[in-house]
Amino acid sequence: MCLAVPAKIVEINGETAILDMEGVRREGIISLINDPRPGDYVLLHAGFAIRKWSEADVREWREIMEEAGALEQ
Amino acid sequence: MTTQEQVRLIHQLADRIGRPLQLMEVCGTHTVSAFRSGLRSLLPAGVSLIAGPGCPVCVTPNPFLDRAIAVAHESGTAVATFGDMMRVPGTHGSLETARAGGCDIRAVYSPSDALKAARASPETRVVFLGVGFETTAPAVAWTIREAARAGVRNYSVLCGHKTMPFAMEALLRERDVEIDGFLCPGHVSIVIGARAYTFIATDFGIPCVVAGFEAADMLSAVRMLLEQVDGGAATVQIQYTRGVTEDGNLDAQNVMREVFDEDDAEWRGLGNIPRSGLSIREEFAQHDAERVFSAIQVPEPAEPSGCICGDILKGKKRPTDCPLFRTRCTPSSPVGACMVSGEGTCAAFFKYHKGQD
Repeated sequence: MCLAVPAKIVEINGETAILDMEGVRREGIISLINDPRPGDYVLLHAGFAIRKWSEADVREWREIMEEAGALEQ
Repeated sequence: MTTQEQVRLIHQLADRIGRPLQLMEVCGTHTVSAFRSGLRSLLPAGVSLIAGPGCPVCVTPNPFLDRAIAVAHESGTAVATFGDMMRVPGTHGSLETARAGGCDIRAVYSPSDALKAARASPETRVVFLGVGFETTAPAVAWTIREAARAGVRNYSVLCGHKTMPFAMEALLRERDVEIDGFLCPGHVSIVIGARAYTFIATDFGIPCVVAGFEAADMLSAVRMLLEQVDGGAATVQIQYTRGVTEDGNLDAQNVMREVFDEDDAEWRGLGNIPRSGLSIREEFAQHDAERVFSAIQVPEPAEPSGCICGDILKGKKRPTDCPLFRTRCTPSSPVGACMVSGEGTCAAFFKYHKGQD
């Protein structure tokens, strides 16, 4: 139940943002992270961003997923 | 480091340590990831992964479920819950059977959806079931604070939130399970920070590694734990660096502190553990379903006979030790909570265990 998925902030509207999750868009609440900006990657859990990812974090995640063959490029 | 190099190192370290080791993965998502990836089959015979009490649905005790079902029977009430909770058997039926009987019970993806539902129909008392660890508790705290701020009087939370570090301590104090190291939960630790486990390493001498959820993450974490055991060390290390820092998410901690007090909590199987749960602070009493519905009658709770979920949650027994496993208790007809949730140890064993140890 503690699953969290990476998502990219597309648009911010107050405490809510439109997020892109590998092509799927949904709303999420971004008030639990510091200084969210459009273009940032976040980890989304139960509709709330709980952590901002750096470029390096995104790269590492992609490498792992590619190794696991789970992410189609 | 490649997967093959990790595996080779793990085998070398295990040979050098020369005794059996039990590593507990505390989080249910780790349990599922280990099974799905076949990780256990890559480990040396002497190194076992044992599943801990990290499935929130599984550790939610019957009195909580029974209360939730009783609340759902109140007229003008809608209960909103994470979908995983729907099929968990309480003392008399589940939320799903209550819904079939006419109660308004809704599965939601986010607690914010429950708050939205309350805003959309002010005449309905919407009660969200607050189940989950520190990963989830800040989100639920946010909805309570928001309801108070915006005056959404018909929104409340039945709070069953639990917290991890003192539950891990309780397992170590019980001493009937040998634990040589903890794979600490990745997403709980995003919120609380790795420092929260320092006392486990220093006071109990147990190595801790905060691990990510991919098989490659978990293999690295196992290697790191074995390196600590081999070197006679007991510290807290972070393998999941793309998620976790020493201090955690301070904004999330703040909203939790604002809305919740630390409290003792009742865990299925583990009993009452001091300081291992959260309760809603007096200031937000209007949004605390326990207080709002304090007058309702809740039936005397009872556990299903023959079910050994309790010992499984402690890592003391395995699902295959249970006489009900695969016979009377299956995912389509679960007797105990650990067979219901996708992250439950019994459900994971049922789906993936094919001679994996």
